Amino acid sequence: MRTERKRLLAHFALVVVTLVMLYPLVWMVASSFKPTDEIFSQPGLIPKHFEPSNYAEGWKGVSTAFSIFIENSLFISVAAIIGNVISCSLAAYAFARLNFIGRRIAYATMLVTLMLPTHVTLVPQYILFNELGWVNTFYPLFVPHFFAVDAFFVLLMVQFIRSLPRELDEAARLDGCSPWKTYRYIVFPLLRPALVTTIIFTFIWTYNDFFKQLIYLNDVQLFTVPLGLRQFLDSTGDSSWGPMLAMSTLALVPPLVLFVTFQRQIVDGVATSGLKG
Amino acid sequence: MTVTYPTIRRERRRVRYQNGWALAFLAPWLIGFFAFTAGPMLMSLYLAFTNYDLLTAPKWIGGGNFRRMFGEDPLFLQSLKVTAIYVAVGTPLSLCFALAVAVVLNRGLRGLDFYRSAIYLPSLFGGSVAIAVLWRKVFNGDGLVNQILALVGIQGPSWISEPHTALGTLIALEVWQFGAPMVIFLAGLRQIPREFYEAAQVDGASRYRQFWGITMPLLSPILFFNLTLQLIRSFQAFAPAFIISDGSGGPADSTLFYSLYLYQEGFVNFDMGYAAAMAWMLVLLAGAVVAVNFIFSRYWVHYEN
Repeated sequence: MRTERKRLLAHFALVVVTLVMLYPLVWMVASSFKPTDEIFSQPGLIPKHFEPSNYAEGWKGVSTAFSIFIENSLFISVAAIIGNVISCSLAAYAFARLNFIGRRIAYATMLVTLMLPTHVTLVPQYILFNELGWVNTFYPLFVPHFFAVDAFFVLLMVQFIRSLPRELDEAARLDGCSPWKTYRYIVFPLLRPALVTTIIFTFIWTYNDFFKQLIYLNDVQLFTVPLGLRQFLDSTGDSSWGPMLAMSTLALVPPLVLFVTFQRQIVDGVATSGLKG
Repeated sequence: MTVTYPTIRRERRRVRYQNGWALAFLAPWLIGFFAFTAGPMLMSLYLAFTNYDLLTAPKWIGGGNFRRMFGEDPLFLQSLKVTAIYVAVGTPLSLCFALAVAVVLNRGLRGLDFYRSAIYLPSLFGGSVAIAVLWRKVFNGDGLVNQILALVGIQGPSWISEPHTALGTLIALEVWQFGAPMVIFLAGLRQIPREFYEAAQVDGASRYRQFWGITMPLLSPILFFNLTLQLIRSFQAFAPAFIISDGSGGPADSTLFYSLYLYQEGFVNFDMGYAAAMAWMLVLLAGAVVAVNFIFSRYWVHYEN
């Protein structure tokens, strides 16, 4: 009897917390279908006047079609994913399975780079890319990923490879496989769960990253989704809430689709490795 | 014990170094490390002692940038203050929420997956611009928060344009994303053997005693991990502050985060030397906080063995 009441109380508390967590998001989606004056006047969710034109207007964008921003964001994200998958898995295989001189030092160095604030390399990286003539191109946003700069994923994969039975490698070696073939045909395919986590988080981080895109992209034709949203804010101020919230809602769709599809994997990935969303 | 031939062979193979192969596999990482991390770090260390505007050659000014930070630049001190408040208030608050909800969720209630996912969702969107835009709307003078307050007859302020409340809205945004540390806590709580609690119950320990006697000590390494992660993350907050204040850090510099000021100095004013110096100061400050955290952890983090 008492435990039953406590259980109900716990559920009640959790429902309240969940509502508070989700309400702003639901409010955004609901408001994106309301005419602007209605957004101001009432906190309720159901629009009195259903206004899908917010999406049409937002999609046209301020000066450039929103579809271009989405294309640009997708391009950068996919390129970063390809880079991370290849370069991080190569490095992880070496750290986890190969014996070489200086392995401990190299591995420790990689771990230290995990803790480094990005700001400390920001200015010289900008200068470097500026010298290369890469400012106002997509290169600074994805090329570094081909060189395993995301130590986090290397660590994730090292831990995963260590959990694979060594006998597999041994057997492959006895059959005359070189380390390359062992990596390519045995370790890489088995690495799939770690690779999926890498793909999901690389996508979300690259897609959401505002700082680097703000610094490197000036040309509106190269703008990404975050920059596009910001442009909205600048030129139309607070006058057209509807289209702005419509495009904000749209901007959250890709990460949301990923989340719904890979919920288990994302939550487990966060739990085991301390990844942050 | 007899040593068989395959064992020796395996042993020898294990010791044999594969330097060439390792170099090939590590080549991308090595290039990346030197080109995008180590090299730039050395360069920014040098630039921190110079005046550099990207157009003319860097001019060595010794400790000038650092003297400017602490002696002649009230905006720098302001950005330090804003970030310090953000970290000192936001981090403990979000960890408390995360821990409390994780403990409740760990009671084996039905619907755990749903609650966990729903509460994690805001963290997934993280510091995205879409969420910052939403936040700006939610805390606007006639936004959601004030509409709800109006229902109970309270006339709320214009949160984001008042210097006293603007930073609070950003802290609220950080706390709203407590789902990520919560998921980590939850994983940690699941590692604690049920028998400990059963034994404590037999001894008649209250839930309160159980929490402080069993849960907290066994969870302390996870708490420490979450704390460190959250600290490093909070120090670097940027996008929400930028969006809320349109890049200005206003009203009255009340949301001038450290990263935002660094961005303004480096990439708006092109004072690259000063920005580099600020970046190193951030490394020192964040490093010091993390180090203090590590040192104190000896007294409250319990590791088995």
